[in-house]
Amino acid sequence: MVGSSVLLLVTVVAILAPILAPYPAGDQDLARRFEVPSALHPLGLDELGRDILSRLMLGARISLFLSFIVVLTSALVGLAIGSVAGFVGGWVDDFIMRGVDILMAFPSVLLAISLVAVLGPGLGNLVLALCVIGWVGYARLARAQILRAREMEYVLSARAAGARSERILLLHLLPNISGPILVQATVGMAGVILSEAGLSFLGLGLPPPHPSWGSMLRSGSQHLFDAPHLILYPGLAIMLAVLSFNFLGDSIRDWLDPRLSRGAESETA
Amino acid sequence: MSVSRNLKSFLLRRLLLSLPVLWGVCTLVFTLIHLIPGDPVQVMLGEGANAADIADLRARLGLDQPLSEQYVHFLRRLISCDLGESLRYREPVRSLVLSRYPATLLLASASMLLAFLIAFPAGVLAAVHRGTFWDRLATTIALLGLSLPSFWVGPVLILVFAVHLDWFPVSGMENPSAIVLPSLALGTALAAILARMIRASLMEEIASPYCKAASARGLGRWNVVLRHSLRNALVPVLTVIALQLGVLLTGAVITETVFGWPGLGRLTVQAIETRDYPLVQGCILVISLTYVLVNLLTDVAYAVFDPRIRYG
Repeated sequence: MVGSSVLLLVTVVAILAPILAPYPAGDQDLARRFEVPSALHPLGLDELGRDILSRLMLGARISLFLSFIVVLTSALVGLAIGSVAGFVGGWVDDFIMRGVDILMAFPSVLLAISLVAVLGPGLGNLVLALCVIGWVGYARLARAQILRAREMEYVLSARAAGARSERILLLHLLPNISGPILVQATVGMAGVILSEAGLSFLGLGLPPPHPSWGSMLRSGSQHLFDAPHLILYPGLAIMLAVLSFNFLGDSIRDWLDPRLSRGAESETA
Repeated sequence: MSVSRNLKSFLLRRLLLSLPVLWGVCTLVFTLIHLIPGDPVQVMLGEGANAADIADLRARLGLDQPLSEQYVHFLRRLISCDLGESLRYREPVRSLVLSRYPATLLLASASMLLAFLIAFPAGVLAAVHRGTFWDRLATTIALLGLSLPSFWVGPVLILVFAVHLDWFPVSGMENPSAIVLPSLALGTALAAILARMIRASLMEEIASPYCKAASARGLGRWNVVLRHSLRNALVPVLTVIALQLGVLLTGAVITETVFGWPGLGRLTVQAIETRDYPLVQGCILVISLTYVLVNLLTDVAYAVFDPRIRYG
């Protein structure tokens, strides 16, 4: 409940950022650099005299939008590939899963860092790098779910009734395996927010002047001793968003897993 | 006799399965340099480079050869542990990487130890007092720990413990106490993962029939937990710990940058910043191979200690 409320707030702020932000994100007042929080600038000003609150609001837009695109793309690609592997089986499954094994054996953050390092920073390359490491988890999960579900009675009866493979996969299996994928996608949003911020912190995210939370942390850490408020707020924003997605993921998992619900009921009884 | 043969065949199968993975990692690292948009040599040398320098570097890196030859040459060099030469340091990549490797291993091990020391009491307390205030406190703190980015925890720790309290140095590794803050920053997320894992695993054991039987025989709650449940609950936790060592090695890339820790992670970031791609390839290859090796050793250790895996 707390997670969804905070998430709703962050999403509304992200969508309405251009209207809600008190100042344009790029407005500079060099004479008032590093100014501490005041009534006019509730979170203070950064190293170029820009309003931190406005930049945080617009940063939310970038972080959430980017995470949403990455998670959606990764989940769709992973779902398609994993479902085909699990449903078709045989050499197709072997071939796909060996590729997945290789990608999973490679440390994911390092792969993203390497890809952005060679392709160059930018929104497109960032999304591409995060999708390349993102889809494998969904593929493995989707395959496991399909393998479990394809032997169930409702699938066997659909098959006995003469339903074609594509129909069984699209209309019967996919809706039934969507729960765990949804949980992974929710927790995955938190992971992507952290990865994007990490890459931006290393200077591999969006180039300036885009106000992403990670790049705000990067520039703030260069003034750690003179103006600690520069790193405080972007860090809190990342933590809050990630925590909300983690809470939401846990709640959806509990809601979808009847064993956990029953356990909770018997415990409270 | 048959158990030993079974174990041997499992180890051989697992070893053979890791060969394509190792090949895949090497191939991925090889392709990195070819993913650079435009001319990789021009990108490495910058805009002002003259034609002679470009031709010289292209020949030195073997980029003037056909792709298939480059690939074969790359694999041959790897077999003889030759990772090429750094463009910035003008030194063999292998010696640069090896000189930084111990610092990264030290940091990863210290983070692991610290994470376990935090997670163990928290996880056990939460599992034993399930549903109470302590359980909720431990699980909330664990979720918080999972949500804290190490590149934010690091600067905050520096501000509080190095600048204000002056307990630890801000950066470097000259002083032995310098390892505490980077280990904390790197180990926070791991401590959270382990605490959640210990809690879940121990709760499952406590609910199992043999623990209920021990309680029915009159053993106290803590007695059952410490003498019976804990040992079994820690088996999956130890696997997670071993697997997380690889994650820590990659997480060190960011933490070492924050704390100026002279390890492999910082070397990687410096190599990226200076477009020293042979060094980038070397660092990534060594970190990835360590990651693969740790995963392999974990599987092997698990099979040695838990026979069910071999028969599974």
